[in-house]
Parts: sequence; structure tokens; C-alpha cells
Amino acid sequence: MDSGNLAWVMTSAALVLFMTPGLAFFYGGMDRSKNVLNMLMMNFYCVLIVPILWMVAGYSLAQVPFDNDFIGGFDATFLKDITVAGDGGALAIVAFLGMFASITPALISGAVADRMKFAAWAAFVPLWLFLVYVPIFKWVYEGWLGQRGSLDFAGGTAIHVNAGIAALAAVFVLGKRKGELQPPHSMPLVMIGTGILWFGWFGFNAGSALAANGQAAQAFMNTFLAAAAAGLAWVVVEWLRDGQPTNLGAASGIVAGLVAITPACGFVSGPAPLVIGGIAGVVCCYAVKLKYRVGYDDALDVVGVHFVGGLVGSLLIGFFANPDFFGGEFMEGIFYGGSAKLLGEQALANGAAIAWSLPVTFLIMFGLKKTIGVRVDPETESSGLDLHEHEEVAYHGASVY
Amino acid sequence: MKLITAIIKPFKLDDVKDALKAVGVVGVTVTEVRGFGRQGGHTETYRGAEYKIDFVPKAKIEILAADDQLDEIISAITGSASTGKIGDGKVWVTDVDSAVRIRTGEQGLDAI
Repeated sequence: MDSGNLAWVMTSAALVLFMTPGLAFFYGGMDRSKNVLNMLMMNFYCVLIVPILWMVAGYSLAQVPFDNDFIGGFDATFLKDITVAGDGGALAIVAFLGMFASITPALISGAVADRMKFAAWAAFVPLWLFLVYVPIFKWVYEGWLGQRGSLDFAGGTAIHVNAGIAALAAVFVLGKRKGELQPPHSMPLVMIGTGILWFGWFGFNAGSALAANGQAAQAFMNTFLAAAAAGLAWVVVEWLRDGQPTNLGAASGIVAGLVAITPACGFVSGPAPLVIGGIAGVVCCYAVKLKYRVGYDDALDVVGVHFVGGLVGSLLIGFFANPDFFGGEFMEGIFYGGSAKLLGEQALANGAAIAWSLPVTFLIMFGLKKTIGVRVDPETESSGLDLHEHEEVAYHGASVY
Repeated sequence: MKLITAIIKPFKLDDVKDALKAVGVVGVTVTEVRGFGRQGGHTETYRGAEYKIDFVPKAKIEILAADDQLDEIISAITGSASTGKIGDGKVWVTDVDSAVRIRTGEQGLDAI
């Protein structure tokens, strides 16, 4: 790897790391004031435990050997033959991918907010990383799904659809929160979190080129445009539908657009990011209301934003993939003269991710429920997880409602 | 000696403070409070879901006053806190048995 590429991959890795505190604030602001520290801790815990597991065995199982279709092995445990080797390119990529592994389970924390025992979360993250994230990552990149021709540039299927459907499985075992629904306790925190996420997402998406090249620049621009289009679309929908434009609508739309462009950003060009973002903004704006109809308590809309947004973006690749731009090493989308084969592969890849993530996450949560328990006691839930799970309080001097 | 308690709209606090100073009040205690009255609450909308907020933010003012100051202070509050719209608040008066200034130990009206 030359020095320019190496510099961009390492910079991107740091940008992706910054997304986890961004996500923590995005979720934490939406949460109640008595549980905000628990939310931050669930997120920060992921960047404590996952980098270590990634170094010990996660990377090896998720990637090495590259010609294995379903799961890697133990050849690169403890980064054997990667540390102090070559030009450092492999090491930079391990770090970059480790950031992705860290934020993916963190996405699920938004669904289980306000009621999950921290000890259960502490056990859930490593189990989920090895049993769900690692195999699906392997399938999508270099594995059997990737080899069939499905496309996932920066993790729409492997990360957002995967974590989104896992969130649904998790809340199904966990059950609904008690009491009346509460509005976000700090919208400014949500907005700063959104800004950090958007900033970090440039590393997430453009960094996934693993080089400082034209594809990275196109992914960068697509990330910029899709988030703007989706944020605007969400706000317009709620302005027309509910009567007012809201900050949370803008923030949710931005994140939905970023999620949707994630799988597509290295394969689409021209107006495609605006269309993908716009569609994601509108669809997710309606999708977050599904939980009230169906009856699952996805506290902060991980399913409605990440699962739905990821699926929308991944399937739209089937229409918008433009191989001209990067030399055509992938199937073209329907709008560029392709057949429906790419769309079919996209559907298959997401279907496979769902078919693995949903039941396995359910079994992990069910196993934890039967052993250490997954839910805090009712008193902790009503008086706040911050005080009982962490013996900390976010806002001294403020009343806890 | 009386304790005057007033619940007012928070944005009227500065007007009320100025009106109280103008009639010679030298000490006021203010608390941020929430509650409901005839005004009722309001609705907030997040991701298309409506939340009914029943408890409205208000400012609570407490003033210790001599009996002969009472009418002047009450009309200063009602005059400055009024918007004519529902939710302007209330003023009430209670008897106070005793008061002590902590620094000097002065008692009764001297402590005000």
C-alpha cells in the first residue's frame, strides 16, 4: 500500500472510531435523562471490548483465509504475520475493519434502551460479534455471497441490515418498556451526535475504497448528497403530514440517508445518491411508525432506520450500479442496461443475512435470559438505570422525571 | 408578617422582578417549577409520535412581607405578570409566625 492510501485508510479508521461516541450522543439524547449514561456506556463498552476481541480472533475468523467461503480460521489470531510486517497496509486495514466491528453491535443498543441489564449487554456483545457479525461479514466480503456478485460497499447488508434485524430479535426477547413513552430528554445532544456521525461516515464510506482514489472520492460525494437528500425528504414528509418540521426528523433523515448510501456509495454516481437518499428518507419516516402497529418496542428505531434504510439502499444498487465509472468489475444495475440478476443477488444477500442474524440473535438473547437474565428489575427500570446499574447520575441538580 | 407566593409564566419573571423592586421589595426567592392548571399542557411530536406534556414550566416567587406592604406587592405582581391569557398563574398569601436573619440573629419584621 503506498503512503497516500495508507494515510487515507488510517485517517478513515479514526473517523469511524469517532462515530461510536456520535452514535452514543444520537441515542443518548433521545433517551430519558435517567438512562442516558447507561446508553453512553453500552456504546463505549463496544469500543472497549471489540478491538481486543478483533485482535485476538475476530479479524482472523472474519477474513483469513480469504478463499474460505463461510468462515475464516485461526491463521491470523493475535494478528500473526500482520504486525510488524510489510508496509503496514494490512495492519491499517485490520484497524479500519476493527472500527466497523466495534460500531455494529453498538447500533443495537438503541433498541434495547431503558431496560437491559448491563451485565447481559456485556455478555451479548462478544457473543453477537463472533456468532453473528463475523460469519455474515465473511459471507458478504470474499465469501459465498460476495462471490455470487452481490454488492455491499461499506456495510449495508453486513452492518445495517444485520444489526437492524438483530435489534428486532433482541427486543422480542427483552419485552416492552414499562410506563408511558417519554420524549427525548436532550435534542441538542441528538443533533451534535448526528453531526459527529455524518462527519465520521465519510471515513466509513469513502474509506471503504481502502485507497485514496476516484472510487473513494465518488463514495465521499455520494455520502454527502444522500444524507442531505434524506434529511430534507424526511423533514418535508413530516411537515406535510404532521404540520411541522422537526430537528429529530432532520437528524433521523440524515442517518437514514447515510445508512442507505453505505452499501451503494462505491457503485453509484450522478443523481443516484439523491434518489437513494430521498427514497430512504421517505420510507424510513414511515417505517419508524411500524412499531406502534406491530407492537415491538424498538426504543430508538434501530429497525426503522438501520434495517429499513440498509435494505432500501442495498436493493437500489440493483437499479443504480454503474460499472462504467470504475471499470466494470461488477454487474450493472437495471438503469444501466443490466438484467434483474444483480437485484436478485442483492435480495439473496440480504435474505441470507436476515436468515442468520434473526434466529441466532434470538438464541443468544434467549440463552442470556435463561442464565444471567436480560432485564433489570422493575424498581431499577422506574428509577433509572444510571443510578442502579452504574451508580452515576448524568445531571446533578436536575429533577429526574 | 406574611409569605406571598406567586406562580407566574417564566418569561414574565424579569418584568415581575422590576415591578417588585419599584415598590421597594428587597428580597425574593425564585424556583423553577412545573405543574398544571386550567391552561393544560401541550403536545410535542417526535418521529411522528405525539407526546402529551401535562406539566407546564412555571416560575414560583416567594416574598416575605410586612402586613402593610401586602396590597402594594400583590398589585405589583398581578400588574406585571398579566398577559390576559389563560395560564398567567396565581398569587396567594399565608401567615408567617416568625423569621430570623441568619447573619445577625434579628427577628420578626427586622429580619425581612
